[in-house]
Amino acid sequence: MSLPFLLEIGTEEIPDWMIPTALENLRLLFEKLEIPHDSVALDATPRRLVLRAEGLPAKQADSEERVLGPAKSAPPQAVAGFARKQGVAPEALAIETTPKGEYYSFRKKVTGRAIKDILAEALPGLILQIYFPKTMYWTGKGGPRFIRPIRWIVALLGEEIVPFELAGVRSGALTAGHRRLGAGEIAVTTADFERRLRDHYVILSAEERRKKIQQDLAGVRIKPDNALLETLVYLTEFPTPITGSFDAEFLELPEEVLITVMRHHQKYFSVEDAKGKLAPRFVAVMNIPSDPEGFVRRGNERVLRARFNDARFFWETDQKKKLADRVADLAHVTFQAKLGSYMAKTARTQALVKELGGNAHAVRAAELAKCDLTTELVKEFTELQGVVGGLYARAQGEPPEVWQAIYDQYKPESMEDSIPRNGTAQIVALADKVDTLRGCFGVGLIPTGSRDPFALRRAAQGVVKILVEGKIEIPLDGLIGGNADLKAFFEDRVKFYFKDIRGFQYDEVNAAMAAGWSNLVDLEARLTRIQNLRSSPDFEPLAASFKRIRNILEQAAYTTGAFTPSLLEAGPEKDLYEEFIHHAGQPIEGAISKLRPKIDLFFDKVLVNAPDERIRQNRLAMLSQLREEFSRVADFSEIVTNT
Amino acid sequence: MASFQEIVFKLKEYWAARGAIIQEPYDVEVGAGTMCPETFLRVLGPNPYRVAYVQPSRRPADGRYGDNPNRLYKHSQLQVILKPAPDDVIEQYLGSLEAIGIDLRAHDIKFEEDNWEAPTLGAWGIGWQVMLDGLEITQFTYFQQCGGIDLDVVPAELTYGLERLTAFLQMKDSVYDIDWTTGFTYRDVRYLDELQYSVYNFEMADIATLWKLFDLHEGEAARLLKLYDPKAADKRRFPLLAAYDQVLKCSNIFNTLDARGAISVTERVGVIQRVRKIAVGVAERWADQQLPTAAAEVAR
Repeated sequence: MSLPFLLEIGTEEIPDWMIPTALENLRLLFEKLEIPHDSVALDATPRRLVLRAEGLPAKQADSEERVLGPAKSAPPQAVAGFARKQGVAPEALAIETTPKGEYYSFRKKVTGRAIKDILAEALPGLILQIYFPKTMYWTGKGGPRFIRPIRWIVALLGEEIVPFELAGVRSGALTAGHRRLGAGEIAVTTADFERRLRDHYVILSAEERRKKIQQDLAGVRIKPDNALLETLVYLTEFPTPITGSFDAEFLELPEEVLITVMRHHQKYFSVEDAKGKLAPRFVAVMNIPSDPEGFVRRGNERVLRARFNDARFFWETDQKKKLADRVADLAHVTFQAKLGSYMAKTARTQALVKELGGNAHAVRAAELAKCDLTTELVKEFTELQGVVGGLYARAQGEPPEVWQAIYDQYKPESMEDSIPRNGTAQIVALADKVDTLRGCFGVGLIPTGSRDPFALRRAAQGVVKILVEGKIEIPLDGLIGGNADLKAFFEDRVKFYFKDIRGFQYDEVNAAMAAGWSNLVDLEARLTRIQNLRSSPDFEPLAASFKRIRNILEQAAYTTGAFTPSLLEAGPEKDLYEEFIHHAGQPIEGAISKLRPKIDLFFDKVLVNAPDERIRQNRLAMLSQLREEFSRVADFSEIVTNT
Repeated sequence: MASFQEIVFKLKEYWAARGAIIQEPYDVEVGAGTMCPETFLRVLGPNPYRVAYVQPSRRPADGRYGDNPNRLYKHSQLQVILKPAPDDVIEQYLGSLEAIGIDLRAHDIKFEEDNWEAPTLGAWGIGWQVMLDGLEITQFTYFQQCGGIDLDVVPAELTYGLERLTAFLQMKDSVYDIDWTTGFTYRDVRYLDELQYSVYNFEMADIATLWKLFDLHEGEAARLLKLYDPKAADKRRFPLLAAYDQVLKCSNIFNTLDARGAISVTERVGVIQRVRKIAVGVAERWADQQLPTAAAEVAR
């Protein structure tokens, strides 16, 4: 018999961003039960996590369990005792040969349990195991913890309820509809669940909610914003977009400010006109099907008007004091207790910009960069730090290179973000990040695990990205200074960047970095070469040979020694040397197909560990030179080969 | 159209009908309804409690001389504590909105994650900001910890922003234009509060005097806390409520100094710690002070 299974965990509103991960987690936990099934589907709204599976058996298959008894040599009483315990006559026992000898044994039939029972037993624990970043208790101290209170549970296997209790809630066959448009108790079956919810204004499928928003918006030119769309999909059970408008005079405010208010504070899409410019309209997504009276539209318009008025007030007030006149105020803004104020940081960053060869524009930008921290607008919209400084600098007549560098100083804010737009801005962003890193590591503020309050990982990752993608050949060693912890920290960041962001193989990254990683532009070039080399049929065998050379040198504890060409034997040894000399100083790309057969032949025919000490040392010296010569691009012995 | 005071009446009636004690505002300056002893102390311990009150809440830094249509030095919160939180607490809350005339079938209501935290009180909770047509009208919190103590019973705290809610219902762009009652606007009643306290908080408050007051109130609280003896037979007489008033005074002075620009970011953390220390001190002793009573009640 094949049964459908439905589990719905009915909760109070779960934070939208946690839902997709929780569903994946629920799927894994269910798979772990190892109950046979044909398919699993997961769905969620803010108020419910739903798992539906098809094709579950009603019962586990029967199985046999072997029970080992006393040894064959045991006295009859012991054997009889064992048989009695198993509920059979001694004759029913078998003799089994095990590695330890011969034993009496019994094959016990285990009747498969009802799946309903297994589920009833497992589900309470399973539900509480779903991972959420921050949980709460609601039934009292020591009670169960979940993301929000659980208010109902639907658990059906076929027609039957899977009975259990969790946090005082008994599982059943009653779901709940939309908070205000649906009923509070709706009887469901596995077959009509989704349709019944739909009747009560709950669209269960996220995909369907997403499509509904998109279809309803056809014809409105919104600024595409997938992250916001996902937020709204998981913030609603019955999403319906509405378009509102605002006074066009607000368009005098910078677009960045308007969009931030709409997006981050109000969760609105912004709308563009036919030319791609911001239009005085917005799209809000409601959790009800329609707004016939325009209540919702007008309410949202009023809220937005108030927010824009605030922003305009701040924008105008802030302009009364120029950025340049705010530098001294930074003395009162602490960067970090042990590292002093932002004024001190500004001085350090300026000096570093000069040291890195930044031009006068870069130095000016560094001087003004942090001044926006004292403005009302940044206090209100902290996510706009830097951007607001840039906008004020532009309004106050600073040259483009200066205001752009201020504007871009926090870039890249993620690995997907672009680096600052030009060389001047890159130097300023670089200096700011390097100063933060040096300072924090200098006073022992080193990120551990997930604790990284100063976002040092992001800063270091940003430094790597700017150096590589900005093609800036400033040695990273110099930027790091002498701090060993910071060096190790950067080593991880460089690896992460090339491996996870750029997609190089980990052994390629190890090999290339073993040949140096201070000049990241050069490192990138070498990595690209290795990647290209890898397709050559000679590459992996050659890499294997380099590994062999490394091992030989390590076993011989070889450090250094004189090399005398005249000691070379004619034949494979001399041939290899000549080939090597011929390619020395040349790019490895041209050498590898020539070199490979010579090395192979050498290892085939020549004994490195020659009985004559002088010859042996000479061979080691040659191999060492060979390895050194061709390891300037990468240490090929780091390449993982299949041969 | 309901006036400001009618909305207050209706909400109080609504919660009174659901078994809540209706309290008057606490008579010491506070920054939020949460800080009143009716919340801060009552959420501690195992005893159930249900209370609702309107609390004028003072935020010196939010003053705008009466110029900004939405920001106030002193706004009014309707604070509701339901301990323990009933299973249908959200339904009850939505019912309160309907009671003041909001048709939730025609308006958009959303619960957006917003976990509340008050470092000076050692208090935090899990919850939402409740959005009505894009306007935040209520902070809804399941308290988890208060005064640094994990709570035995989880209360729900509902904090309604009454001016906003009224402006929404009366469709006014400025809180000053809302009708307090027929013939009197909010401006008539509160404008001078906004103007004069903004002048005081931003311009005229004497920093040295405020620091002195802060030290005095802190000292008085600390002195009392030291004298509390958990083993004393008559410990219920001990004036922890009076000690807590000193904490509230410190908190308000701290906020005023902050608005005055007298506290640097570095100092800030330290001063918050000082307030927290005495707040947590009161909470711990209060929890202890309740113990025999609770035991006696169980026995009865």
